[in-house]
Amino acid sequence: MELYLDLHSQPCRSVYLLAKRTGIPFTFKPVDLSAGQQFGEDFGKVSVVRKVPAMKDGDFILTESVAILQYMVEKFPQLVPGHWYPSDLQRRALVNEFLSWQHTALRAHGSKVFWFRAVVTVVTGTAVPKEKMDSALEDLKQTMDLFQSKFLKDSSFIAGEEVSLADLVAIVEIMQPVGTGLDVFEGQPALSAWRERVKKVIGEELFDEAHQSIMNVDCLAKTFQDNGMLEFLKPRINKMFT
Amino acid sequence: MALEIYLDLFSQPCRSVYIFAKKNNIPFEFKKISLLEGQQYGEDFGKINMMRKAPAIRDGDFCLAESVAIMQYLAEKFQTPAHWYPSDLQQRARVNEYLSWQHMAIRMHGSKIFWLRLLIPKIMGVEVPQDKMDAALEDLNGSLKLVEDKFLQDRPFIAGEQVSLADLVAIVEIMQPVGSGLDVFESRPRLSAWRERVRVAVGTELFDEAHKDILAAQEMVKNLDASKMQVFKPKILKLFL
Repeated sequence: MELYLDLHSQPCRSVYLLAKRTGIPFTFKPVDLSAGQQFGEDFGKVSVVRKVPAMKDGDFILTESVAILQYMVEKFPQLVPGHWYPSDLQRRALVNEFLSWQHTALRAHGSKVFWFRAVVTVVTGTAVPKEKMDSALEDLKQTMDLFQSKFLKDSSFIAGEEVSLADLVAIVEIMQPVGTGLDVFEGQPALSAWRERVKKVIGEELFDEAHQSIMNVDCLAKTFQDNGMLEFLKPRINKMFT
Repeated sequence: MALEIYLDLFSQPCRSVYIFAKKNNIPFEFKKISLLEGQQYGEDFGKINMMRKAPAIRDGDFCLAESVAIMQYLAEKFQTPAHWYPSDLQQRARVNEYLSWQHMAIRMHGSKIFWLRLLIPKIMGVEVPQDKMDAALEDLNGSLKLVEDKFLQDRPFIAGEQVSLADLVAIVEIMQPVGSGLDVFESRPRLSAWRERVRVAVGTELFDEAHKDILAAQEMVKNLDASKMQVFKPKILKLFL
């Protein structure tokens, strides 16, 4: 199995973490997003959508981290304990509910804050207008509040007392804005406690290793510049304002 | 207590859940929620779904939101025919892949076109600037191209020979811009052929019934009282303008 990954990307991290944690054998195929490698000819043969993560299992190619995670759970029952994607009807529904909701909520708002704080100024040379930054931060805050009040409530994990794919996907998305220096856990004891529980199940060392690149985003500026990506990124960034 | 499904058929994810439940003869109580009237913000509905969105279900004590999760739940609980959510590893992966991709692609782009063409001019009283309309159209065309070139290719349905949740979710989203008067099928014979296959697989009567409201949207929006819809202004300014 080949996993095409760039650990700057949240969905790449969830796929990486599940595979490593459960011992699923795979070859790490790096795709450097900061150098635009997703648009190269080679990767184009893997995925026309030009996004990571992507999985190649023999002839079978699959995109979308949620689908890849579900595939891995199903294919390797001897490696992946059942709690990751519970077979109980209601527990599984809670996992599926989160996995569906997160695309336009945690993922969308966390990504936007990441781009605004770590990428935009670097590429365009101008700061994000205060109004737009405040709006993005407010959206993230509201989403985090909803995450806590609806998805976590007073359970240890999203689906109950055991960790699942939902917590994995949640944590990697929440870490994205954290990487820019925005500590969303500050003043949030319940959320912090959940994070510690998830980290413990994944393994602290593995968790930190997976998040190493995102916690060093100060280098991004220079990386984009060295890779000649500034002109390429400008129109994409302008679109984020519209 | 019977299964309650909270629906507004103007909403794409409500249509997929409705069609799925009816097609599979799943017994349920249709609880109408009028989104344009803001009923999702009522106190009672808040107890069903604190995210204030439709569709949502209440099955005994168990409440669930998100159309994809609802259909996965209903498929399992009522043991619907396997083709809807195949157990074959790769076929199921194809369905899951589409169900994941569509949120930030065809769903987002189709919804935006509907708002830009119909709802925003009505509520804000102004036409949307041409450059924004063009950008939104470009995005929608990009998504439609991926539906055809990646998800369908030369297969009759997304997962292969039979209709699945993926086709159902796809079709209801693609019908949204159609409801705004943009016939996306016109220049796309492959997509049109697929639409007909899905319509037949689901049942033409059921399909047409589910889409009656959205296909009458242009007329309905004309008759809306814009002064009652000002609550949507901040959302519009933030999301679209």
